[in-house]
Amino acid sequence: MNEQQTNLYRFLIALADDSIVLSHRLSEWCSNAPYLEEDLALSNVALDYLGRARMFYQYAAEVEGKGRTEDDLAYHRNEREYTNLLIHELPINDFAFTMLRQFYLDVFYVKYLQKLSLSQDKMIAAIAQKAIKESRYHLKRSEPWIIQLAQGTEESLNRILVAKEELNDFIGELFDMSEWEKSLAENGISVDRESIKAEWQAYVQGFFAQSDIELDSVELRVHGGREGIHTEHLGHMLSEMQYLQRAYPGNEW
Amino acid sequence: MSQEHLRVYEVFVRSSRGLDHKHVGSLHAESPEHALMYARDCYTRRSEGVSIWVVESKNITASKESDVEDFIDPMTDKPYRHATHYVLPDSVDNM
Amino acid sequence: MTQTHDNSTDNLEQKLAEFEQKIADEQKIEPSDWMPEAYRKNLIRQMSQHAHSEVIGMQPEGNWITRSPSLRRKAILLAKVQDEGGHGLYLYSATETLGITRSEMIEALQTRQAKYASIFNYPTLSWADIGAVGWLVDGAAIVNQISLQRTSYGPYSRAMIRICKEESFHQRQGYELMYEMAKGSAEQKQMAQDALNRFWWPSLMMFGPHDTDSAHSAQSMKWKIKRETNDDLRQKFIDQTVPQIEVLGLEMPDPELKWNEERGHYDSGEIDWEEFKQVINGNGPCNHQRLKHHIKAHEDGEWVREAVRAYRAKQKPQADNQVA
Repeated sequence: MNEQQTNLYRFLIALADDSIVLSHRLSEWCSNAPYLEEDLALSNVALDYLGRARMFYQYAAEVEGKGRTEDDLAYHRNEREYTNLLIHELPINDFAFTMLRQFYLDVFYVKYLQKLSLSQDKMIAAIAQKAIKESRYHLKRSEPWIIQLAQGTEESLNRILVAKEELNDFIGELFDMSEWEKSLAENGISVDRESIKAEWQAYVQGFFAQSDIELDSVELRVHGGREGIHTEHLGHMLSEMQYLQRAYPGNEW
Repeated sequence: MSQEHLRVYEVFVRSSRGLDHKHVGSLHAESPEHALMYARDCYTRRSEGVSIWVVESKNITASKESDVEDFIDPMTDKPYRHATHYVLPDSVDNM
Repeated sequence: MTQTHDNSTDNLEQKLAEFEQKIADEQKIEPSDWMPEAYRKNLIRQMSQHAHSEVIGMQPEGNWITRSPSLRRKAILLAKVQDEGGHGLYLYSATETLGITRSEMIEALQTRQAKYASIFNYPTLSWADIGAVGWLVDGAAIVNQISLQRTSYGPYSRAMIRICKEESFHQRQGYELMYEMAKGSAEQKQMAQDALNRFWWPSLMMFGPHDTDSAHSAQSMKWKIKRETNDDLRQKFIDQTVPQIEVLGLEMPDPELKWNEERGHYDSGEIDWEEFKQVINGNGPCNHQRLKHHIKAHEDGEWVREAVRAYRAKQKPQADNQVA
């Protein structure tokens, strides 16, 4: 792979990791949601992200050209090789935390995928065009949840505020550009994340205002995901996710 | 033991363009908007529909079995409302 | 929708006769029809038990979602468990037409007044168990459900038709997984055999006690809530499954399984009814775990449901007054 290809590969892996890790978290809600309808709805979101992860991994494997499969990439890299942004890997916590993270990410992805769907790379553009429809729907779902929880009871508002506090340090990384990502953006393949930051902030702030909540300043605080520096949570997630592949190497499942 | 106390909505799905909306079941939700989203996630997981209606169950007024005598039965003695009532020659019977 | 069950008239006998005539004529009973109280209760018992089974059934399979060994399998399993939840929803919805709320049904489940299929009180210990559950447990369920598509209660029948459509391929899916394992490495084959051995007997128990020992069978048959007897359905399942085991190349989980030319069926060994009773009565390996899980999810969700109600109350105080 030349430098451009290496960057492209890294980019695809990063987006796939973001998706698989979040999908894993969302799937943990299965049979644990506040009621049955929400159980099914959250599983649908998890399936959307799983689908996204598979498309990015498959394309990454193709770009790499070493005959590896989506499963090789998902199941045979360790936590230092995973490059998801940290916000995706945080444990599901309570329903307020899960939905607030979802809301933040839904707003982000609606804007990000909009731009990514214009990528010079036809495959990436196609994946983004499919994914943005999902994210628009996710946002339609997460917004009323945030409003209802923020304007529901004292307890639910409190839980939203706690979640906001806990998520705050991890938002900045969404808008951080590594060198290789910058180079891809200059070539019209990826998106300048920084350019979305102000829009994202304005949107979230405006939305929060309905419920008299304030968004804290969005700055780069905790980061490292793209370099494989994670929270302690990821290792546990991967040991669970990868257990069978690791315990029985070479088997087909 | 806490109860759910969510509202019950009836769900109607149009399976493809040109067909009627058909009752498929019900679900629990707090608002019509939420009911619509849940209907999408719960009743059309295999793209069974192109359009969904939800209506709160309590807003449906239904006829009663006990009313059948004066409500339904009087409609059954009007054979002239049915095509088979009219006998035509075989050659034009497709009419 | 609520309907009043008008039992006060003195022509109760006539109503019963009309009801039984409808059943005899293979007409469906619909929610607004008059029905004997025992028919209604019997249906609520059977349908809510069926709904609870779907919902509790999400747990043993959900146990492997985060450990699925390939992304394809993960998507399949997650969608499948989601389907089970969906089926629970269809069935709760159909049961509610009998004038009971889902809350009441859930309460009955959590206070052990309502049962669910005992099969889900067995643990899923290896990945092959996911195949065995799809193939055997869903397979047994389908045999039962296909029969129930002809049940006399309209909403139940319609829910069964929808469920059968979706569930028919769960069994294929499970068998495909078993087939891959049975034809895979020695370790995988061993997992498949072990899963078959462990899930075979509990699957046979899913059809319930022998007809002679079944408390509800006779009345249910008479009213065409059930269309075929426990033993007939169990035999049907055995007959269709034995050849599938042969294709897998696994050993028979019951040494007494033999083709009986005279009967035109497979003979099989006797089920351990003591174990059946133990598990039904709450002493299976996972009974406590399953209910605890359900109750915890329900209780953890209480503040969410409360918040939504509080929000609604603030939004439309007037509209809400009309509800009560």
